[in-house]
Amino acid sequence: MSEDPLPTPSQTVGPFFGFALPFAAGPDATAGAAVIRVEGQLLDGAGDPVPDGLIEIWGGQQFARCRTDAEGAFHFTVTKPLADRDDEAPHLEVMVFARGLLRHLATRLYFPDEEAANASDRTLNLVDPGRRKTLIAISEGAALRFDIRLQGESETVFFAL
Amino acid sequence: MSDSLRDSEPPYLYPDYRSTVRRAPGRELVRLPAEWFHELPGPVFGRVPVLPEDADLTRQHEGEPLGERIVVSGRILDSDGHPVRRTLAEVWQANAAGRYVDPADDHPAPLDPNFTGAGRCLTDDDGRYRFVTVKPGAYPWRNHENAWRPGHIHFSLFGPSLASRLVTQMYFPGDPLMPLDPILQSLPDQRGRALLVAALDLELTEPEWALGYRWDITLRGRNATPRER
Repeated sequence: MSEDPLPTPSQTVGPFFGFALPFAAGPDATAGAAVIRVEGQLLDGAGDPVPDGLIEIWGGQQFARCRTDAEGAFHFTVTKPLADRDDEAPHLEVMVFARGLLRHLATRLYFPDEEAANASDRTLNLVDPGRRKTLIAISEGAALRFDIRLQGESETVFFAL
Repeated sequence: MSDSLRDSEPPYLYPDYRSTVRRAPGRELVRLPAEWFHELPGPVFGRVPVLPEDADLTRQHEGEPLGERIVVSGRILDSDGHPVRRTLAEVWQANAAGRYVDPADDHPAPLDPNFTGAGRCLTDDDGRYRFVTVKPGAYPWRNHENAWRPGHIHFSLFGPSLASRLVTQMYFPGDPLMPLDPILQSLPDQRGRALLVAALDLELTEPEWALGYRWDITLRGRNATPRER
């Protein structure tokens, strides 16, 4: 083959996907024992909620999808996946779609009770130490809190796709 | 992946599309070594239900929707040109009057009781998908004075890996609104924009029933493509 075909470019998910992409039990990646509830808020550069976002979680054979509500809030039930390698901590891949995002964003959720594994995770170690905490969920009672800030002072770390 | 491939993608910040201003990340994205990235496995799709009737958006209600009936079909390939088999394709769109069923849409054009505008299908062994629908109308939005979106169908695609996930929009050939649309014009070069425009195809057209449009899609992530089993 002489030249690789150009990949089809991305376009925004727009504001009107709510009747099409969510599906029954979409936020529940898993059911049964050892289930962890993840709650978070999607915020823009002014700190305002993003009420028309779509969050997807992938990892360890799990796939879940949740539309943000009027407060920008989303929630999932997940299990902590096993790490694939010694130099990786358990984590979930998180994709963010919204009106105003011409391409989606990719980030990661790490678990707060994995301090040692997080400290030696090869991806976290590539991230500016001051910004690593944006990738680690916070224990909040029985749930984990994982807010996503698209822009600004405590902007979430996003990975190039 | 070479930079020439990345160049076909839109930037995150594109002020002509106003909503990007407060939502585009301000910091540089963290680049992972390519070989790490491609280790990431894709999801399993038992979860999103797909029924055969989901591919025909004109038969989801009692009666037939108003509008120009069309067939939209094409192949989903990876960057090596191999078909992406049994992958989920999701579509959603406005009706022929330019109105979405979504409650967030307040454009005063009529809803069609016979049209929802959402569909799903899995590609076949050649990577082929096929939807039957009606041609979506143009509609106004509040991005700037007298802003109108060209008719388009939203597509959500997965492919074999995390890198191949794609949400995009398909446009119709000859639509005079395309050069005026900041979402399409956010793409930095004409080659990329041309890839989002379907082609009228008489082979796909069903005589005396529906016009056919062909739109092929190339997903990225070549190194992540699993070998055929």
